[in-house]
Formats: sequence, C-alpha cells, structure tokens
Amino acid sequence: MTTPTPSQTAGPFVSIGTAWATGDATIDGEGSVVVSGKVFDGAGDPVGDAMMEFWQADAEGRFPPEVPPPWSGFARVLTAPDGSYQLVTLKPGAVPGASGESQAPHIDVSIFARGLQQRLVTRAYFSDEGPANATDPVLAALPEAARATLVAERETEEPRPAYRLDFWLQGGKETVFFAPW
Amino acid sequence: MAGATMAGGQSSMRAEMTSLDVPAPDPAYYCPAYRSTALRSPKNPLRILPAGLTERRAPVFGPSRVRPEDADLTAGLAGEPLGERVVVAGEVLDAAGRPVRNQLVEIWQANASGRYNHSMDKHPAPLDPNFAGAGRCLTDDLGRYRFITIKPGPYPWQNHHNAWRPAHIHFSVFGTNFTERLVTQMYFPGDPLLPLDPIYQSIRDKNAALALVSRFDLGTTVEGWALGYRFDIVLGGPTVTPVEL
Ligand SMILES: [Fe+3]
Repeated sequence: MTTPTPSQTAGPFVSIGTAWATGDATIDGEGSVVVSGKVFDGAGDPVGDAMMEFWQADAEGRFPPEVPPPWSGFARVLTAPDGSYQLVTLKPGAVPGASGESQAPHIDVSIFARGLQQRLVTRAYFSDEGPANATDPVLAALPEAARATLVAERETEEPRPAYRLDFWLQGGKETVFFAPW
Repeated sequence: MAGATMAGGQSSMRAEMTSLDVPAPDPAYYCPAYRSTALRSPKNPLRILPAGLTERRAPVFGPSRVRPEDADLTAGLAGEPLGERVVVAGEVLDAAGRPVRNQLVEIWQANASGRYNHSMDKHPAPLDPNFAGAGRCLTDDLGRYRFITIKPGPYPWQNHHNAWRPAHIHFSVFGTNFTERLVTQMYFPGDPLLPLDPIYQSIRDKNAALALVSRFDLGTTVEGWALGYRFDIVLGGPTVTPVEL
C-alpha cells in the first residue's frame, strides 16, 4: 500500500477555496440550537483566520446515506477576526460508538488554519445531556478537567437554546484534541 | 457537564483507551522553523477517538452542489487569466487503496504572479481580474479528478528573512469516512524553493514528502494547449485500519 499523502497547512487564505460551502448544516427552524464561541491560540489571542468544520448526526442519530438529503450533517464556518464562530444546527441524537455502545449527542469539530500542520479534531458535547454524557465512552476516558473542554455550556433558552464552547489550541485551558486519522 | 461523574464501571475502559499509543503526526503540529506553529500547536498528547458511527461516515456532496465548470479555474470571468495554463489531474484513493468515488475535491491557489485574491494578501504583485483562484469537482467512478488552471507563482512570506513559498496548489479532499479528511498542498517538480521551505521540509518521511510533488505527465498534457501534471492522493493516516461499513 502506498504511503498516505501527508497533510500541509491550509494557510491564511483557506477561505478562498472553502467559503462557498459554508452553512450546509445551518438549519434555522423549529428545534434548532446555536453553538458559538471563540478560538484562541497559546497566547490567548483570537484565531481569526480559521476554517471550522462540523460533522454530526441528525436528531435520530443518523448520518448520510442513511438519512436522505437535504440533511447533510456537515457545516463549515470561517472564524471572524475576533476568533468567533457560530453554528446554527439541529441538536444531534445519540449515535453508536466503536463497539455499538451509545455515545452521547455530540458534534465532531475540525479546525484548519495557518500554523496548523494537520487539522485539529475535537468534539462538542452538550451540558444539558448529563446522564448521556456520564456514560459516554469518549468522555469517560478523559480526566475530569479535560472532559470539561469538550462540553458546550447551555446559556439561554430564548429564542432558542444556545450553547457556548471556546477552543484553546494551546496553554492552560488547552482543548482535548484527538488524532485526526 | 461540569460535575458529571464517571460511573464506576467505566474505569477499566478508561485504562484501555489511554494505553493506546498515538503515532506521532507527520508533519508534527509544532515545527520551530514554521513560526506560526509556535502558538497554535497543542502541547498535550493527542487522544485516540474510537471509530464510532460519527467517524465511519463522511459528508456526501451531490452533483447538484458542484457544477462541471467549477473545475476550470480559467473560465467563468470576463477574459482569460494570464500565465501558463496547466491541467492538474490524478486519483483519490482511500486507506485501503480503493478509489474514492464521487467525492469532493477543492483547490485554491495564488495567480501566476504569486498573488492571492484575498484582502489579507499584501504581496505587491498584480491581481488578475480574470483569475479567482478557486475550483472544485467531484471525483468520478474511478476516483479521478481533473482541473484546468494556471500555474501559480511562488510568493514571499514573513516567516524568516527572504522567505519564499514554492509554487503550490492547496488541496482539500474528503474520503469515505471522517478520519480520511485531508487538506494538503501540491508542488511542482524541480522547484528550487522546495529544499528551503519549512512547511514542505517539516515532513519527516521523505517518501511521503515526495508524494506532494506532482509529476509532469505527457498523457495529461493536451497537445497545443496545456502541460499536464499528475497528482495522486492517498487518504488515511498511520492509525487507520479498514473498518466494516
Ligand atoms: Fe499558499
């Protein structure tokens, strides 16, 4: 088998090639939720040139091709100069894990940017899914403090549920990242 | 879920999952010669994400989203862009060597003068009103893609004194599962800047690095019209084992 093609940074101009496909899973309607926050570097400065990808199940825990279009389960967001992002989506359902066990509702998150030689992969869970989070095998494998970096905090009810999750690429609040392969 | 406690029965699973060794990424996140990595590279070890359903699926981009003309970066504007027209083509394979069919490939690049069509690009080289610098296509049933574009110019960057990026095209590729997602850069053969480029040189596996250099291909070349370069892409990193879909 051939060697896998190595990754290279998306660079500072990633928006040129990827902006066209933003907003796919940005489903604004009844039952939708907002997940927003900021991306920070190791100095605490905002990462204003990142491209983020969100990948998630639908409300029944299904992915394409098991769930038909127009559901894509996929969204892209370019961070603003202040490092902020906002995703409007439907809250995912629980999904099967590696050995068929249930995983708590979550969104897989990828971050691409200048200075990132590979994409960063992390997850967003939901703070109001306490019982499901408590038995989630990915969260359970993490120390308590690390676990908290993956859980979006529910902040408001109206006009729709809003969750906040910041991503810290480096430093004392560093987000838990997973091997991207 | 601050305060959520782990059920006692999970502790054996925790030990099992953290005992897995994550192969070192290549290129590493932190590369001292590439300055922007200093504050953006995580310092904690990566963790293994067990391949649940989320990881065994990938986005599906239907043909309704991608028009055939999107693969021609020299078309769609008022006139023809300046520079050397080239055809860039290849195939996308998954970790098991199977063609990745009907999946999205996106590219973006500087124009022939080495200037990006982006407000943050301050390189004092001319913009080309006939070149936007972005293209996309779906692979065919054999995993093949093909773009018509302009050979990008090298450009200076602020990484170190007299720093120049070799000519390159940024590639973004999706696979058949989440773990095969790849963003990379394609280079051109014989570029004298490759040995001097900290981004290209950060790849430790020299065979893997060579795979990022396209090769001139007479078969891809179109007589009387454009030189052809071949760039094949193999998805999947070192921990990938084929999974039942
Ligand atoms: Fe570039």
